[in-house]
Amino acid sequence: MRARRGEALIERVLLFLALSAVAMLGLIAVFIFLQGLPIMLEHGPGSFLLGMRWAPTKGGFGLLPMILSSVIVTLGAMVIAVPLGLACAIFLSEIAPRRVANLVRPAIQLLAGIPSVVFGFIGILIVVPLIRNYLGGPGLSVLAATIILGIMVLPTLISIAEDAIEAVPKPYKEGAMALGCTHSQAIFGVMLPAARGGILAAIILAMGRAVGETMAVIMVIGNAAIIPQSPLDPARTLTSNIALEMGYAAGEHQKALFATGVVLFVFIMILNSVATLRVVRGDRR
Amino acid sequence: MTRWINVEVRHRIIVAGLWSAAAATLAVLALIIGIVLWNGLPMITWSFLLEAPKEMGRAGGIFPAIVGTVAVTLLAIIVATPIGVGSAVYLTEYTSESFLTRVIRFGAECLSGIPSIIFGLFGFIFFVIQLRMGWSVMSGGLTLAVMILPTIMRTAEEAVKSVPESYREASFSTGATRWQTVTQVVLPAALPGIVTGIVLGIGRGVGETAAVIFTAGSSLHIPTSVFSPARTMAVHFYILAREGLSMPHAYGTAAVLVILILAINVTANWLMLRFRAKTS
Repeated sequence: MRARRGEALIERVLLFLALSAVAMLGLIAVFIFLQGLPIMLEHGPGSFLLGMRWAPTKGGFGLLPMILSSVIVTLGAMVIAVPLGLACAIFLSEIAPRRVANLVRPAIQLLAGIPSVVFGFIGILIVVPLIRNYLGGPGLSVLAATIILGIMVLPTLISIAEDAIEAVPKPYKEGAMALGCTHSQAIFGVMLPAARGGILAAIILAMGRAVGETMAVIMVIGNAAIIPQSPLDPARTLTSNIALEMGYAAGEHQKALFATGVVLFVFIMILNSVATLRVVRGDRR
Repeated sequence: MTRWINVEVRHRIIVAGLWSAAAATLAVLALIIGIVLWNGLPMITWSFLLEAPKEMGRAGGIFPAIVGTVAVTLLAIIVATPIGVGSAVYLTEYTSESFLTRVIRFGAECLSGIPSIIFGLFGFIFFVIQLRMGWSVMSGGLTLAVMILPTIMRTAEEAVKSVPESYREASFSTGATRWQTVTQVVLPAALPGIVTGIVLGIGRGVGETAAVIFTAGSSLHIPTSVFSPARTMAVHFYILAREGLSMPHAYGTAAVLVILILAINVTANWLMLRFRAKTS
């Protein structure tokens, strides 16, 4: 009898622990919104989302340059990461001999483990001077951030896309090859279309990583709160806006940074939810 | 349809392209690690590792940052491990697929997609300000714990799931309760998988900057208690590199970080391979 009551108690405790992830997510949302939303409503959401001037100590709370820069940098990173990442995913699941794949896979995981400050540092050392010397401009630019982010999101993209390709039923490929397709025709004509849901999810999650990346971007993007006119111009993303000024901001200024966090949070939640939607993943379970 | 090139040749070209994409990715990784180690390894001496920094980090060593990193990461692991493993046990052993489990999994998945700067904001307003912990090892460690929770949860769940059903049946047939089965049979069998998750969590903690800089602070003193502020190596490196204080010291710190991350990854991989070999 006592044992049974003990078991029931244990089950309660475990349920409580299991709910903590959801609870923390809720707590994060509540605290970010509680800090950021009131100032947004007070000055009107329009002045935040569509305003051009960021001068938080003088009542300028325009986040539009940062929103646009985040979008531009993220899409730019995808231009680099999608072809390269998909090629790597196809390579790992279809082309690489098992031994090679077993070496390449952990290496790509290792790339995911490299701290973002180190990526930023490499950006300052190599990417920024290259841009400054060969393409012009200050070097600290949208392009530099795009290149660094394109590399940083590769591991996310590769591992999820690889899973998606691996999940395509074997008969698809066998059928295509029995009809006389070459291996590459079977990959591009049959397997990739069949895996497109998972590949799309991989791309969206990679976009989430790019939007959220902070330290590497701060180090290479130049951080000017303006709408960039060319890829060689400096810019400032939502994340770098927060991290740059959080150290000394107070009062309304600090609240405005939390408002930036609200915008970022909404962006990320939209991307995450879209990626987990069944329609996107094309789950047929 | 006219083909200007033979399909077989086309296939070869595509395969060559795929090989070069993988090679390019590996080359980038090698380049990053190579540059950091080439420039940083000569800096690493016992005095660099064991001395306090002088002149804001321009000279001296990185000992306080090493202590800060260990303290913050250790606290995060101590907090996140029981919660993550407990969640995994609940999801796999105590309940079947339901609306509730879907909500829990969705929550964990969302949590793992939240950018570290948001964790930094949250940790600052919740732990530092609201709970009055100040910039401290405690605030930093708890913030990191929330951040690595989904990683530990996911790997622990996979590990617990892969324990064969026959183990549980054998345990139940001896009259063991569910909890006894979990603690005596399932968790020991799943241990290497669980440890892999912990090691991966350590890796994330060690490399994290944005979530830690606004919660643990950037004090250069060795933390004397969980409530004193601390600077982790990643934060120290960021400050050195960004403020251009000292390139050699930045390289040295980066090299220590990268070596640590390498060791952590190799350990995690080794554990995972051993675990797979054992369960399959």
